[in-house]
Amino acid sequence: MAGGFPKEVRGNGLTGIVPVLFAAGLFAYFVSLVPNISSNEVLRWNSAWVPSLGIDLAFLVDGLSLTFALLISGIGTLVLLYSNTYLAGHPQYARFALFLTAFMVSMLGLVLADDLILLFVFWELTTITSYMLIGFSHEGEKSRRNALQALFVTGAGGLAFLAGLILLATFAGTTSISGILTMGDELRAHALYLPILILLLAGTLTKSAQVPFHFWLPNAMAAPTPVSAFLHSATMVKAGIYVMARVHPAMSGTDVWLWTLTILGALTAVFSSLLALRQTDLKQALAYTTLMALGTLTLFLGQESGYAMTAFATFLVVHSLYKASLFLVVGCIDTATGTRETDQLGGLGRLMPITAVAAALAALSMAGFPPFLGFIGKELKYAGAIAVASEPVLVAGAALLSNALMLAVAGVVAFRPFWRGSVPSTQSPQEAPWQMWLGPILLAGLGALFGIYPDLLQVALIAPTVISLTGEVGEVKELKLWAGINVPLMLSIATFVLGLLIYAGHVRLRAFLGRAFAVLPDLDLGWDRFLDGLKAFAKWQTRIVQNGKLSSYLFATFLTIAAGLLLTLVYTGLPTIAVDLSDVEWKHASIALLTIAGAVLALFTNSRIAGIAALGVVGIGIALIFIVFSAPDVAITQLLVETLIVVLVAVVMLRLPSLPKAEFRLSHALLSVAVGASVSLILIAVVSSPLDMRLTDYFEATSWPEAFGRNIVNVILVDFRALDTFGEIAVVVIAALSAYALLRTTRKGGSS
Amino acid sequence: MNSVILRVGTRYLAGLLLVFSFYMMMRGHNEPGGGFIGGLTGATGFVLYAIACGTHDARAALRVLPQTIAIWGLGIALTAGLFAALFGDDLFTGQWLFIGATENDKGLPLSSVLVFDIGVYLVVFGSILTIVFAMEEEI
Repeated sequence: MAGGFPKEVRGNGLTGIVPVLFAAGLFAYFVSLVPNISSNEVLRWNSAWVPSLGIDLAFLVDGLSLTFALLISGIGTLVLLYSNTYLAGHPQYARFALFLTAFMVSMLGLVLADDLILLFVFWELTTITSYMLIGFSHEGEKSRRNALQALFVTGAGGLAFLAGLILLATFAGTTSISGILTMGDELRAHALYLPILILLLAGTLTKSAQVPFHFWLPNAMAAPTPVSAFLHSATMVKAGIYVMARVHPAMSGTDVWLWTLTILGALTAVFSSLLALRQTDLKQALAYTTLMALGTLTLFLGQESGYAMTAFATFLVVHSLYKASLFLVVGCIDTATGTRETDQLGGLGRLMPITAVAAALAALSMAGFPPFLGFIGKELKYAGAIAVASEPVLVAGAALLSNALMLAVAGVVAFRPFWRGSVPSTQSPQEAPWQMWLGPILLAGLGALFGIYPDLLQVALIAPTVISLTGEVGEVKELKLWAGINVPLMLSIATFVLGLLIYAGHVRLRAFLGRAFAVLPDLDLGWDRFLDGLKAFAKWQTRIVQNGKLSSYLFATFLTIAAGLLLTLVYTGLPTIAVDLSDVEWKHASIALLTIAGAVLALFTNSRIAGIAALGVVGIGIALIFIVFSAPDVAITQLLVETLIVVLVAVVMLRLPSLPKAEFRLSHALLSVAVGASVSLILIAVVSSPLDMRLTDYFEATSWPEAFGRNIVNVILVDFRALDTFGEIAVVVIAALSAYALLRTTRKGGSS
Repeated sequence: MNSVILRVGTRYLAGLLLVFSFYMMMRGHNEPGGGFIGGLTGATGFVLYAIACGTHDARAALRVLPQTIAIWGLGIALTAGLFAALFGDDLFTGQWLFIGATENDKGLPLSSVLVFDIGVYLVVFGSILTIVFAMEEEI
């Protein structure tokens, strides 16, 4: 990739442009909703989906969902524009654009859904589409592994999440989210509150990569850089955050909620900022700072105060803006120089001035310098931390430490490569084309704009978001650049000092952290071990269960049948056996004798052909019974099937070696007797209870007038129950094709 | 199986079975028969042919791959079922057309139900032959 940017930027034609326009259209639409939302309206759109279960295609736009929707579609537009150049001429660009657009739409659906089931559908769609995106460079082994890891971790969380949603719907008696949110007090007092909370958090914390599920996120860096920018800034990982924020009004306020979120959030924030400092790869460093942001957001969601909520909403926007911008900048650096290692980068500022400006703006916002939005976000964070009633020192301490580390990382990522050292002689970097610097500079510029004019953001998005979180207008705190000399300002100054100190010593600190973290268990490695163990276990149990011997399969099958039948008999009580043989005619008796004779012969013969013929006799005996009791259709079918089975079995059997001498197996004999006896008993029980004739009467009465047919059996098959028949013939086709495929493979494998 | 009598007999029998299978299917709505039985009967004819003359000849006589027939059958059955939607009925509701119907006589009844039954016939016919041919050839 050291070749730098393509000389002439052609993009990918229509497949490149259409997704950009689509995303831009969505963004424009959401912007047009801003006036409604900032006047505290809530927009709803409803359409029945599964009315029998009360599930609706319900969408809702309020402050919280609009903030997310704007971030998703806005950053989505810029990322798609960027990718069109970044991946110009990629042979699979159409696929990439499709995945990315699908992912964006799923994310939008997720944040707009107002129905639990709908929410879950979009939740899983984001999991699947992000899997496709992370594994986009599918030729790489590592890329596939990391994509699968993300899929498994978030997918497993998704299962728990689904269980939580179902419990929540059971509790509320509705799947409407806005309906559930009004039941907060009942929910918190309910016995199901704890299970619901645990299950929902299992989903959201895995999706948002909180400690100890954090390991998949840095690995997801295997994706192309624009994907990382998108997944990490506004989407994917924020899905968990979004859901926690969405249920916040109904579920927060308990000790469990407070402590789980506060502790995990604080832990993730500090832990991951330390890890971020350790990285030498720019993209990896950014990935860990994302974890820090997620931890901080989780931390604030644990609280209830208006300050915490305002801090949450502000930091959400701040982070999305600078993070997307920085990722895109890293993509530019990578393309220009062919490396992302901090040690090999330097002096890019003069050669890539626009990228450098974008990086600087974003980094200043990230580091929390005034007058950027990041500064306001940080002030609010401290104000929010101090407003925490329970543990202000813990929260403020975690915030202080992680902010200082963030400042240092911002320096490493966005300052050093541009303004320190000189360009190594092996590289000849040049400025990125406009499609690639436009996104970073716009996003970073917004960070500065909103910092200088915080009212813009305040009125448009922050206030409505806080209102959807707290439900009260009075809870909204103002965004101010200068709030006077107060504790947050003191903490900010402390952050700058500490952060600059860390930056100055970051090389030494990195070496120290490397040694320190070596002591901790490597969860990523543990994950591989876990998967290996799982595979070994699967192999072991397959060897036991699927041992390849047909007779043991049949034994297991019939054992299950016998057990089921006998248990039924025990449960319902034995039928009174009063067999009345008075009306048995000679023809009935002779058919029965014939059938029994066939079965006995099949048991004791040593010749395969005799065995097949004997089984055929049994089948034909049964067909005769149908004829005697005037069921000609069934009888014909039975006869034909019997004939075909004999032919088929003969085809196979005649090519096998002749039967070994039949030996007597007690277990098989016992099982046969058990199956036979239980089936007979159940049949006797069925016959002795009066037959319910309602269906028969109905079909007899309606077959001719309604379906114009006299053969009731056939009319049922093709008209009354045609859908069932269709299902059956579909199964027949599938079975035939599977058998065909199986037979073909055995020959290729040479095992037959 | 290398038997001249079987081979010669099969030539006629297979054809007869095929005609008979069609007859069984067409009468199915009012008399014993129908797509399942028809398909089974037709397949028996070709199975017999395959045993007597070998699957190569049987496949040549069939001209089309049996699995193709089965899949077409499934498609036809589905089309017949979806056909009802055109008239605003629930899926798989039988649609009838009585040509030349008078007061006492229903005339020539044409129906989507019959089309569905033809689909069933083809599925059964094709599926059985798919398996039998494969078994004959691969084992």
